[in-house]
Amino acid sequence: MSRNTRINLLLLLAVALLAVAPLVFGMGDHKEEPFTGADGEAETAITEIEPDYEPWFSPLYEPPSGEIESALFSLQAALGAGVLAYYFGLRRGRRQGEQRALERVGGAEESDGDAG
Amino acid sequence: MSPVSQETGQGTSTIHEVLERVCCAMHIAEGFLPPAHAVAWGVASAPFVVHGVRSLTREVKEHPESTLLLGASGAFTFVLSALKLPSVTGSCSHPTGTGLGAILFRPPIMAVLGTITLLFQALLLAHGGLTTLGANVFSMAVVGPWAGYAVYKLLRRYDVPLMVAVFCGAFVADLSTYCVTSVQLALAFPDPGSGILGALGKFGSIFAVTQIPLAVSEGLLTVLVMRLLVQSSKGELTRLGVLLSGGGRARNKSTEAVAR
Repeated sequence: MSRNTRINLLLLLAVALLAVAPLVFGMGDHKEEPFTGADGEAETAITEIEPDYEPWFSPLYEPPSGEIESALFSLQAALGAGVLAYYFGLRRGRRQGEQRALERVGGAEESDGDAG
Repeated sequence: MSPVSQETGQGTSTIHEVLERVCCAMHIAEGFLPPAHAVAWGVASAPFVVHGVRSLTREVKEHPESTLLLGASGAFTFVLSALKLPSVTGSCSHPTGTGLGAILFRPPIMAVLGTITLLFQALLLAHGGLTTLGANVFSMAVVGPWAGYAVYKLLRRYDVPLMVAVFCGAFVADLSTYCVTSVQLALAFPDPGSGILGALGKFGSIFAVTQIPLAVSEGLLTVLVMRLLVQSSKGELTRLGVLLSGGGRARNKSTEAVAR
């Protein structure tokens, strides 16, 4: 494995550890419902400050259930990941093609006795 | 709005419901800013987005080859803002992914890409909202990218290594977004006792503290993507001014072959 790949994998590992650590060390244990959105707490803060506030507009479309909401979130992530993968795949392919073409041109030039 | 008036049986539980259905939503939920605030933030963000659209069309017209990388930057924001991660405070939040695009294409273009992401989430996921779009655009697509870009540029000026500057830029872009969100909520809901500052402390400790480890994650992921870009798209990074054309540390045999 090249040094580059190893560093990239280490970066991913660090991100994974950062995400898992709060779960492993039970940092949500002091709560009734651990690992809900931080806005659940913002809610408490808002109701403490202004108990009478009523939202004056509701979303045009709401996912009918948590499952569908998570499906749509996954769709968002998948779309993004797909485009990113397409980009890097295309780049890699182009680079390999260019290198091959260069080698071929280089080989042809060398056989003409006119390298470089 | 008839659906709202139906829901307003009990004020407190309405708020509860609204925030419940946007679990892990770190953007301000639909209808959650008073109309005056919503309009004000919309007016504040609009020029940035309009300017951004202009820069974006100019960029695409002058450098059609950058469309792909633009798409990739937008895609990065899409992925990261769908990643809801647990944090040390025992609650969840998600990164923004705006640092990368801001560093690559400058903040005005990121204003557009961020707005697209926010629109997607507001329309399909009931995450964020149309009435709070202005405020959310201002925090995630305007302040975040500019703050991250400023830090990145400053560090680069002092010859800080590229990846360190990228990490700090992405970290600041993420964290500043949630600081602005806290300010926006504090302005809308000042604490009756301790005023705006008291409310800021409350919201800040909820949003910003949760966000610190996520900002680190975002920094690491942005560095990862930037490393892949340095390997794969040296020519484009040089044109965008991220890599210096006159040689530099990241130069190696394979990338030279591409540059030729």
